[in-house]
Amino acid sequence: MSDSTRLTLAPWIATAALLVVWELGCRLFAVEEFLLPTPSASVGALVQYADAIWHNAVFTLWVTLLGFALAVLFGLVLGVATGASRLAYAALYPMLIGFNSIPKVAIVPILVIWFGIGAVPAVLTAFLISFFPIVVNVATGIATLEPELEDVLRSLGARRSDILLKVGLPRAMPYFFASLKVAITLAFVGSVISETIAGNRGIGYLMLQASSSFRVPLVFAGLIVVAIMGIGMYALFAWLERRMTGWAFRGQTPIV
Amino acid sequence: MALIEAERVALRYGGPAGTLALEEFSIAVEPGEFTALVGPSGCGKSSFLKIVSGLHPTSAGVARLHGRPIEGPQHGIGMAFQNATLLPWRTTLENVLLPLEVSRDHRATFRQKRREHELRAMELLRTVGLAEFRDHAPFQLSGGMQQRANLCRALVHEPEILLLDEPFAALDAFTREELWGVLQDLWLERRFTVVLVTHDLREAAFLADTIHVVSRRPGRIVKTRVVDLPRPRTLATTFEPAFVDIVHELRDEISRVRQA
Repeated sequence: MSDSTRLTLAPWIATAALLVVWELGCRLFAVEEFLLPTPSASVGALVQYADAIWHNAVFTLWVTLLGFALAVLFGLVLGVATGASRLAYAALYPMLIGFNSIPKVAIVPILVIWFGIGAVPAVLTAFLISFFPIVVNVATGIATLEPELEDVLRSLGARRSDILLKVGLPRAMPYFFASLKVAITLAFVGSVISETIAGNRGIGYLMLQASSSFRVPLVFAGLIVVAIMGIGMYALFAWLERRMTGWAFRGQTPIV
Repeated sequence: MALIEAERVALRYGGPAGTLALEEFSIAVEPGEFTALVGPSGCGKSSFLKIVSGLHPTSAGVARLHGRPIEGPQHGIGMAFQNATLLPWRTTLENVLLPLEVSRDHRATFRQKRREHELRAMELLRTVGLAEFRDHAPFQLSGGMQQRANLCRALVHEPEILLLDEPFAALDAFTREELWGVLQDLWLERRFTVVLVTHDLREAAFLADTIHVVSRRPGRIVKTRVVDLPRPRTLATTFEPAFVDIVHELRDEISRVRQA
C-alpha cells in the first residue's frame, strides 16, 4: 500500500476502530441503553427519526452559517483594525480577551431576555463564540509584516492603505483561512449550546427533548449529526484554504 | 554639488535617554558615486540609510539631498536589505513591479503603463539572469536568485539612489562574489548613486569608489579611502596586491576602531 492511500484510509480506519470499541464495550459490559447506547442503536435512531433529524439539522446548519458569516465579517474588520493600528490594538485587545474569556453559556439567557427564544440567540451565540480566533489571526498576519519590506515601501512614499492592501491583507490570508477552520467548528458549539438552553427548533433542541424523555440513542444520533456537519464544514474550509492560499503550502506543491 | 550630504548628523533612537546611533556624522556622496560604509556591527551604518531614505529624521545636524534638507520619503530612492522579503504570492515579475504599483510617483499611472513597466522590469531581470524565471514563485528561487530579484525590485523605478544594507550577507561566499559582479554590471550600465552598508571589506573594496570606515557607536566617519582600481573589476582583481593592500588597510582601521 502506498503512503498516500494509507493517509487517505487512516481517518476512516481510526473512526471505525473507535466505533467498534464502543460497540463491543457496550455489549460486553451490558451497558444500559439510557446510559450509553451502542453506535448501532444510535444509527438506528438516526434512521428511525431521519425526518425530524434532517429538518432540525438543516435548521442548525443555517443558524450556524449565519452566525459564522457575521463572525467572518466582524472578525475581518476588527482583525484588520487591530493588526494595522497599534492604537486600535492597545485600545481593543484587553476587551476582546476579556470578552472571549466569558463562557458563552452565560450569555445565552441574556440574549433570550433581549431577543426571545428561537433562532436569534443561536445565531448570536454562534457569532460570539467564533469571531475571536478570526480577529486574532488576521491581526497577527497583518502585524507581522517584515519591517524591512515596510521600509522599502515607505521609502517609496507608499500610502499605509496601499501597504495594507498589497502586502498586509494578502499576507494575512493564510492566517485568516486557518482561523476559519477553527471558527466554523466553534460556531456549531455556539448554536447547539443556545438551542439546548433556549431553542424551539434545531438539533440542540431535539437532543434536549430526546434526553428529557430518556431516548438516549436519539441524543447520540444528534451528537453524531453535529460532529458530521462540523467535519464537513471543516473540510470545506480546509479545501478553500488550499485553493486561496496555495502559495503558503510550498512544501506540498510541485516545483515547476 | 554633492548629491547626498550629511553635516554633523546625530541620530538617537527612543527619546532623549535612548541609544545614540550616530553622532557628528558627516559625509558627502557625489552623483553616480559608489560609496561603501564599513564598520563594526551595531555602529549605526544602517541608521544613516534610514536618514537618507527619509524614514527617520535626524536628531541633530542636517542631511541633504540635492542640497535640500531631507524631510519624509524622498523621490528616486531604491532600497534592498539582507532579507529579500519577496512576496510569496507574487511571481518574480510581479514582485519586481511592486514599487511601481505603490510609489507616489507611479501609482496613478501604473495600469495604463503596465506594458511599458513590464518591459523595463524584464530588461532588469535579463541583466541579472532571471528572465526565464519571471513567472516563478519566490520559494522556487535560490537565495542568490531571490537577492537578484530584490535588486531588480529596488531598481525598477529607475531611482537615482540605491541604498543597500548588507544585501549579500546571508549568501554563501560563491554566490556573494557572483552577485558583486551582477551589481557592478548594473551600476556600470545605469550609473545610479549607491550607498552600500556592509561589514565585508572585500565586498566594499570590490564594489566601491569610496569607502568610509565608521567608528563604534555612536557612529562617525573615522577614515575615508578612495579605491582607484580600474573597472570592471573581476575576481582576479581581488588577488592583486593593490586590492589586498586596501583590504588590509581597512582591516587595521576597523581593529583600531573596535578596540578604541
